[in-house]
Amino acid sequence: MKHLSTKVTSNAHGQDSSYFLGWEEYEKNPYDEIKNPNGIIQMGLAENQLCFDLIETWLAKNPDAAGLKKDGHSIFKELALFQDYHGLPEFKKALAEFMEEIRGNRVTFDPRKIVLAAGSTSANETLMFCLAEPGDAFLLPTPYYPGFDRDLKWRTGAEIVPIHCSSSNGFQITESALQQAYQQAQKLDLKVKGVLVTNPSNPLGTMLTRKELNLLVDFITSKNIHLISDEIYSGTVFGFEHFVSVMDVLKDKKLENSEVSKRVHVVYSLSKDLGLPGFRVGAIYSNDEMVVSAATKMSSFGLVSSQTQYLLSALLSDKKFTSTYLDENQKRLKIRQKQLVSGLEAAGVTCLKSNAGLFCWVDMRHLLDTNTFEAELELWKKIVYEVKLNISPGSSCHCTEPGWFRVCFANMSEDTLDLAMERLKEYVESTDSRRVISKSSHERIKSLRKRTVSNWVFRVSWTDRVPDER
Amino acid sequence: MDLLSRKATCNSHGQDSSYFLGWEEYEKNPYDVIKNPQGLIQMGLAENQLCFDLLESWLANNPDAANFKRDGQSIFRELALFQDYHGLSSFKNALADFMSENRGNRVSFDSNNLVLTAGATSANETLMFCLANPGDAFLLPTPYYPGFDRDLKWRTGVEIVPIQCSSTNGFRITKLALEEAYEQAKKLNLNVKGILITNPSNPLGTTTTQTELNILFDFISKNKNIHLVSDEIYSGTVFNSSEFMSVMEIIKKKQLENTDVFNRVHIVYSLSKDLGLPGFRVGAIYSNNKDVISAATKMSSFGLVSSQTQYLLSALLSDKKFTKNYLRENQKRLKNRQRKLVSGLEAMGIGCLKSNAGLFCWVDMRHLLSSKTFEAEIELWKKIVYEVKLNISPGSSCHCEEPGWFRVCFANMSEETLNLALKRLKKFVDDGNSKRSCQNNENQRQKSSRKKTMSTVSNWVFRLSFQDREAEER
Repeated sequence: MKHLSTKVTSNAHGQDSSYFLGWEEYEKNPYDEIKNPNGIIQMGLAENQLCFDLIETWLAKNPDAAGLKKDGHSIFKELALFQDYHGLPEFKKALAEFMEEIRGNRVTFDPRKIVLAAGSTSANETLMFCLAEPGDAFLLPTPYYPGFDRDLKWRTGAEIVPIHCSSSNGFQITESALQQAYQQAQKLDLKVKGVLVTNPSNPLGTMLTRKELNLLVDFITSKNIHLISDEIYSGTVFGFEHFVSVMDVLKDKKLENSEVSKRVHVVYSLSKDLGLPGFRVGAIYSNDEMVVSAATKMSSFGLVSSQTQYLLSALLSDKKFTSTYLDENQKRLKIRQKQLVSGLEAAGVTCLKSNAGLFCWVDMRHLLDTNTFEAELELWKKIVYEVKLNISPGSSCHCTEPGWFRVCFANMSEDTLDLAMERLKEYVESTDSRRVISKSSHERIKSLRKRTVSNWVFRVSWTDRVPDER
Repeated sequence: MDLLSRKATCNSHGQDSSYFLGWEEYEKNPYDVIKNPQGLIQMGLAENQLCFDLLESWLANNPDAANFKRDGQSIFRELALFQDYHGLSSFKNALADFMSENRGNRVSFDSNNLVLTAGATSANETLMFCLANPGDAFLLPTPYYPGFDRDLKWRTGVEIVPIQCSSTNGFRITKLALEEAYEQAKKLNLNVKGILITNPSNPLGTTTTQTELNILFDFISKNKNIHLVSDEIYSGTVFNSSEFMSVMEIIKKKQLENTDVFNRVHIVYSLSKDLGLPGFRVGAIYSNNKDVISAATKMSSFGLVSSQTQYLLSALLSDKKFTKNYLRENQKRLKNRQRKLVSGLEAMGIGCLKSNAGLFCWVDMRHLLSSKTFEAEIELWKKIVYEVKLNISPGSSCHCEEPGWFRVCFANMSEETLNLALKRLKKFVDDGNSKRSCQNNENQRQKSSRKKTMSTVSNWVFRLSFQDREAEER
């Protein structure tokens, strides 16, 4: 560790964090239907594996796109040399249109305001570099994606101050929570540069309501700060209501060309909607020319492979494909979510009512020995070691209430999900009998809210894992 | 502009820098053999366009690689989901082998010591984040690649202190220059964290000599908290591979494997120059320092290589028949092309630094300057851009201390285009010669002023003009 930067040395430890166990256990003993039917089922990876067939069919019918050809002619040389940080124009155009389609064509996206990045991991970090100085803070509603601790803070020096959300109102953002977070930042002597929300939310799987969005836009207007809306899950909305983007709200409030609109930025990626995390395709959308200009230059540090840009420009330019895909994707996600929700219900476990995402926010508070994070960790270990399911404990997402877990449903087959639900049901039933006996003795113990391991240790355990697990 | 960070706003100007002109002029009026034969010829882009035919025929013979297939079976899903920052092992293995091959197999590379990044741009920045804190300094020999000002300093807060090299000894690094740079850093109150060299050099096109490498190794052996980063992005462009000596070879030769120096020497690589694939964003950090590898691996999250690209290239580079032939052909063609440029320039009385690598020559146009100043260099440069219609890179953009040197690329155009460029330049020189012999009589009575003046626009403005251009122009 000698002679290295403080960024490196501060992150050296945490390898022995207990939260690591879930991942390690899975890798030691991964479930396989044939080869390892008793292995651990991975339910901690927010991947979308439900629609690969649609993409594979398209690829088979359109061999030029992957084959680096256009109208039968090789454009290999052109692509090999293409490193312009403004991005492949036909790709940005197709991406802008795809983003519009996801929002029911209610809003328009100008390709010139798009900056491509190597995944939204890169997009989010780049936005921090553009909007915040080291020591400045962004407010984030809890619970939030654990990777933000690394993506937004590590190399940028920015700070995160949580906006505490609670189960009492379905974890929605309230005005008082916003104000409290702002004041907390001031108490800590941190200059607040903006608010960052993930909409639809990871890990909640819910869309921000219009009320919340209006609240946020009003808030950033009054405080003269930025709003970043990470809409990476925008294409996974499967509820009856359509997705309402912050761009919709700006339009409805007639703020499209206003000064406020310059402080609203959207982050997007094809990792969740299209299930292509390996291709590293992310984007920043901003109405502020200076942000677009600076972010474009910064994208030099994480450009999207021209080979990939070309393939996806062809894919996304095919409107027949995109329209079918978005439709099917929603359908399949909805069915799969229902399967998880009813499977959990059968085990006496409920979820936060959700209408988007690749996971459910599951309420296991009633399974805790005590209303504490220690108990949450204990339960989590049991679920990993005994039930053999790797799910994500709420404390890893900075949730302020113990007992909530994020459980993914789109990264496995239907049969595997059934098996996972069966295992959980068995476990709950076997412990139910045990709990009836011990519950009365615990009722007298006050709940402690202290976490057993510090945030940074936990954060670091996540950072040592597969990079973009969300 | 309190709403945006200083990093974002300090870069907003510079758009009106005069150095921008070359690029703008080219884009307004690009040469095309059929559509625009009077247009500007681009000689400022260090691209390798000489061996695409080899790559294209390999692709035609191996369609699976680009089509997400392995042995005829689709592995699309696997690749689509693959985002492990440890990288595709088949690719890293093939890359490590390729790097060894590039060094005549005189050293071997362990794929576990390799971190993949989105280009060398990302690799260099990541190494800075790992090795230095804001305010620390790295020493770089001049002239150097203009992009380093952005890549090494911008978001990292690291400083660059130049090791001044001069034409008196072929721009070689001397012990004296190195020590002076170190002292200068101390004077500026900067903590020196390392030295970064580009070997072979951009813009010089020369391989670092054994003498220079010895000087560098002696220095870091004595100064135990200093790292040595060797950007070997041009390693496959050495015309004769026996002339290239990598820092890893020095370690082997001097048997430094069990010393602490072993942990302080790092290599940066990329496929942008050797294979001519800048668009694919493939870079790498190689280090024997486990802590650096571990940290850089996590940081690579911010710039991973597309799995689609990793797979294609793992297939390509695993084909040893291909790589062997490619490396040999590439060297041959580059050598021939460089010869054409050098002899063409000679024929008009222009010399180059004797080079044995790279995609460019370091051209001596000092005798064409009206005065030994950077203003005169810019004047000459503007003439070459506007009148001769060649976009070449002035030495001041590379922080060269002496006016009159220019980097001229030769591998990014056809032979015919290169001939045309030389024709145009010859005409300009011949015309200028006649004008000059008239003026010379007058000027002989005036003392030549040897005052070195600073370039007309500050470094950062110049740097920005490069930044606003094609991202990876080296």
